[in-house]
Amino acid sequence: MSLKFSPLPVFVSLLSGALFGVGLLISKMALPSKVLGFLNVAGIANETWDPSLGLVMVGAIAVHAVLHRLVTLRGFKTTAGGMSQTILNQPVMKQIVSHVDARLVIGATLFGVGWGTSGFCPGPALLGALNSLHTLYFCGAMTLGMLLHSVWAKVFFKKSLTKQAETNECG
Amino acid sequence: MEHFTPWSALIGGAIIGLSSSLFYWGLGRSVGISGIWGDLFGSFSWVNFAFVAGLIGAGVVANALSQPGSFFEPFFEPVGYSKALMVSGLLVGFGTRLGNGCTSGHGVCGLSRFSFRSLIAVLVFMVAGMITVYFRSTFFRGST
Repeated sequence: MSLKFSPLPVFVSLLSGALFGVGLLISKMALPSKVLGFLNVAGIANETWDPSLGLVMVGAIAVHAVLHRLVTLRGFKTTAGGMSQTILNQPVMKQIVSHVDARLVIGATLFGVGWGTSGFCPGPALLGALNSLHTLYFCGAMTLGMLLHSVWAKVFFKKSLTKQAETNECG
Repeated sequence: MEHFTPWSALIGGAIIGLSSSLFYWGLGRSVGISGIWGDLFGSFSWVNFAFVAGLIGAGVVANALSQPGSFFEPFFEPVGYSKALMVSGLLVGFGTRLGNGCTSGHGVCGLSRFSFRSLIAVLVFMVAGMITVYFRSTFFRGST
């Protein structure tokens, strides 16, 4: 829980969110039809396949892989206690979870089935949340799914829950 | 391949990469939209709230700009209501939390860090999505 309001980190976050939205809009990934056009691999045979989503990933990863490395090497400072911090005094999150487990595979499978059903993943859905009532409904159902997961995790994974919260990667 | 839009995909993708890098530089962690949104309901933080506000804000501005026939028109398209849309939402919400990430977290950020775990997640959800589209177009033709 962090109710502390520090203007600069909040501003950078707001800017990142808006920029992410602009990227989704320009790449046309806000359109479920473009996403479904990529997932429709049967279209390769009759030349209706749309590889655009693949190129969005290529563009994003090409830029972020370089800048992520640069920021990791040069962009952070070390505190007196030896901890890594950003210029805005935010702790740098270490990636701890590295193993592949059943939860990862089952979670990704459920997400993939949902994604292939509507063409929406969380980013584009939130981007369009206030544009149409049906996108808003989708966001409501998505949020309900997330809350159901917390309830389920609390019941079945009481012990590992705090551990998971600490190591939650980019999520 | 008449729907293929390579330039807008590459440029838009690069902007998404820039956004993820800015967030990492300032906040010290990866952009994962399912995590940023989902965490708001467990432990509120202004940083997460601001990211979502920026994202939704960009959508609202784009929607205000889009007029039928204008340059901005293809930003959004009508979404039909169906039970499948609601089931899809539940699956996306539950699945991204269970698997600890979505297209942004595992896809953009995880692959940029060369995370093996994220690579597996991306392959699994892409293949699951492709199989789903195949089955739906084969057996539920016409229904949404």
